[in-house]
Amino acid sequence: MPSYVILDKCDGCKALDKTACQYICPNDLMVLNKDLMKAYNCEPELCWECYNCVKICPVQAIEVRGYADFVPMGASVTPMRGSDSIMWTIKFRNGNLKRFKFPIRTTDEGTAVPNGGFNEGDGDLKNTLLFTEPESIRADFFQL
Amino acid sequence: MAREFETVTVETDLLIIGGGMSACGAAVEAAHWAKLNNLKVTLVDKAAMDRSGAVAMGLSAINQYVDLTGGKNSVKDYVDYVRQDLMGITREDLVANIARHVDSTVHLFEKWGLPIWKDEDGNYVHEGRWQLMINGESYKVIVAEAAKNALKQLGDNGEIIERVFVVEPLMVDGKFAGAVGFSVRDDKFYVFKCKAAIVGMGGAVHVFKPRSTGEGLGRAWYPPWNTGSSTYFTAKAGAELTCQEVRFIPVRFKDGYGPVGAWFLLFKSRATNAMGGEYMVERRDELDNWKPYGTVKPIPANLRNWLGMLDVMEGKGPIFMRTEEAIQKIADAYKDDPKGYKKKMKELEGEAWEDFLDMTISQALLWAGTNTQPEEKSSEIAAAEPYFIGSHSGASGAWVSGPEDIQNDDTKGEYFWGYENMSTVDGIFCAGDASGASSHKFSSGSHAEGRIAAKAAVRYIVDKGADLIDIPADMIEKHRNTLLAPLALYEAESGKSSDPNINPAYMRPKMFMFRLQKIMDEYAAGVSAQFSTNEKCLEKALELLGWLKEDSANLAAEDLHELMRAWENVQRMWQAEVHVRTMLFREETRWPGYYYRADKPKMDQDNWLAFANAKWDPATGEWEMIKRPVKYMF
Repeated sequence: MPSYVILDKCDGCKALDKTACQYICPNDLMVLNKDLMKAYNCEPELCWECYNCVKICPVQAIEVRGYADFVPMGASVTPMRGSDSIMWTIKFRNGNLKRFKFPIRTTDEGTAVPNGGFNEGDGDLKNTLLFTEPESIRADFFQL
Repeated sequence: MAREFETVTVETDLLIIGGGMSACGAAVEAAHWAKLNNLKVTLVDKAAMDRSGAVAMGLSAINQYVDLTGGKNSVKDYVDYVRQDLMGITREDLVANIARHVDSTVHLFEKWGLPIWKDEDGNYVHEGRWQLMINGESYKVIVAEAAKNALKQLGDNGEIIERVFVVEPLMVDGKFAGAVGFSVRDDKFYVFKCKAAIVGMGGAVHVFKPRSTGEGLGRAWYPPWNTGSSTYFTAKAGAELTCQEVRFIPVRFKDGYGPVGAWFLLFKSRATNAMGGEYMVERRDELDNWKPYGTVKPIPANLRNWLGMLDVMEGKGPIFMRTEEAIQKIADAYKDDPKGYKKKMKELEGEAWEDFLDMTISQALLWAGTNTQPEEKSSEIAAAEPYFIGSHSGASGAWVSGPEDIQNDDTKGEYFWGYENMSTVDGIFCAGDASGASSHKFSSGSHAEGRIAAKAAVRYIVDKGADLIDIPADMIEKHRNTLLAPLALYEAESGKSSDPNINPAYMRPKMFMFRLQKIMDEYAAGVSAQFSTNEKCLEKALELLGWLKEDSANLAAEDLHELMRAWENVQRMWQAEVHVRTMLFREETRWPGYYYRADKPKMDQDNWLAFANAKWDPATGEWEMIKRPVKYMF
């Protein structure tokens, strides 16, 4: 089961109206068992291993176990996603470890301004210029 | 007890269906023009916008950046590249239109916060001529954020609805009037009334049987939630579709489907077969059979596939990416500079792993699970199963109008009908994987195309000045009953057998999908058939698809999640049918590394340098196949 939930850690996101993993899964796979207040992946064979549930879980209760039909056991890839970077820990089957840190964005979360600071343009609905053009192209627009 | 579904009616001016790159581009652009013209914009996403669509996991590169600023490339250069890769079958007007706007979109991405690699002089770092390297883990989050912020600026006139699956178009007397769908979380049936819509619901995966059929079923190269929604929606509205035979088959690291671009382009790695032979060298003469495209560089993706496939068919597989050799070559280059070597290797190691971690984390997990150290051993690459993705090196999508100003006298009558990216149905616009014959737009070009479509759609709404079309109550009731029928069937019948999975009254969506995949795999040039087919195979596929279509009326769903799966698989079935019909219609082999018509093994430039289009008639339920001329303007 590609992404799986560690029972001891999952608290069912009890403070929220739905769990974080349910909110984010692009394939609608995460479900909350309301009796246990634990989330689970209801269709592991349709999991893309996109890790979005792993990254968003507020208590690090979700991990990924590689597809059992072609990945030998024992390895793990674990992200720790912050507001401006992500740290990856890769554990090999033979115990070797690798760690990488990559930036993920250059602006503060939530602050993406639609026009990007460019002049919004002439507002003419009839011409071929899009919002923020020509400034956002920084080239002769009709250069074909 | 029958479930009570609330009917929610949403009235808007412009409906954006989807939440991926093209839909986010459409939202940002539409918000601007809607504000100036006092219109309402509603975006509906099957998932959560932060992580929906094909870029949900992230990406390690932006694959379309023309760099008009740097003056190194022109729009014409990009058109030449796409025409060559698609063996001549491309709408130059559409490709050019995206190419002249895509840099604007990339510059916006950077301002919004996407880290694009820069060299010491502050210039973007290229992976290839058109590709930029990015730290793209949060690519989709950032792009979605700008779209959300843009719609927020509209106040009550900007609306986002997540976790609602839009399925069917609403057509009143042949006119597009809106769409229907359902919530995948609450018992709610949705009716959207709009003046125009932008279809941005992605391509299709799992139409063909994937190589992994156990737990790894989900590890397709393109995401499993892209289920042919765009094709289904446009086809059901009666829109003309194009290039539905031009599937895409990527060659990637086997099973994990991790990207190979960094290894080929940055590390200059070779790919060799079991005997150590290099198919790109040993089979060079084969390229002469595919002139003029085979002998011009860059060699089209499908022909590179083809040379490797010939090796595999002759029993010379597996094909290996020679990572250890590539790294050794770099080591040799630094043999007198151990410090420099160490630094270079550390840099390259980070780049290689980020390439996986940004967009195909499973590949990193597979390498870790197999103790793969790329400097020590090669890794296998293989052709994946076929996908429908008009934004990449495939071309399937709707037949849409191009821009007026790029046409010449010869092309205007064929390729222009008033509004950029409008399908042949008034009011339905398409972008990203939903629009065809405009390949190689990738993530950035899809966003730019969404923007193009959005401005045109607003202009359409303003020009028409029409009111919302009244939708007869009985039409809504009929759609509601049809969409929810799988739930009712399950409820009525599931208690009659001791195992609800085995019941003669219905099929569950998963088995329905397997039945579809088996047909396509065996008869329509899937992996098991070594991507090969012929007229008789395709006719057999149509016969089997006919029964499958009849049986789709007996799909059953236990809950909302399974109801979504039921309709996703109906969409896949429609994608499959139009694919088979179009392969049958095109009596030649043009993209041998995508599919091989064994009964028509050669390319026929005299008769088939043409678009193969298809249109389903809502009145008769019949498909019409249409040949359209390829006309160049560059």
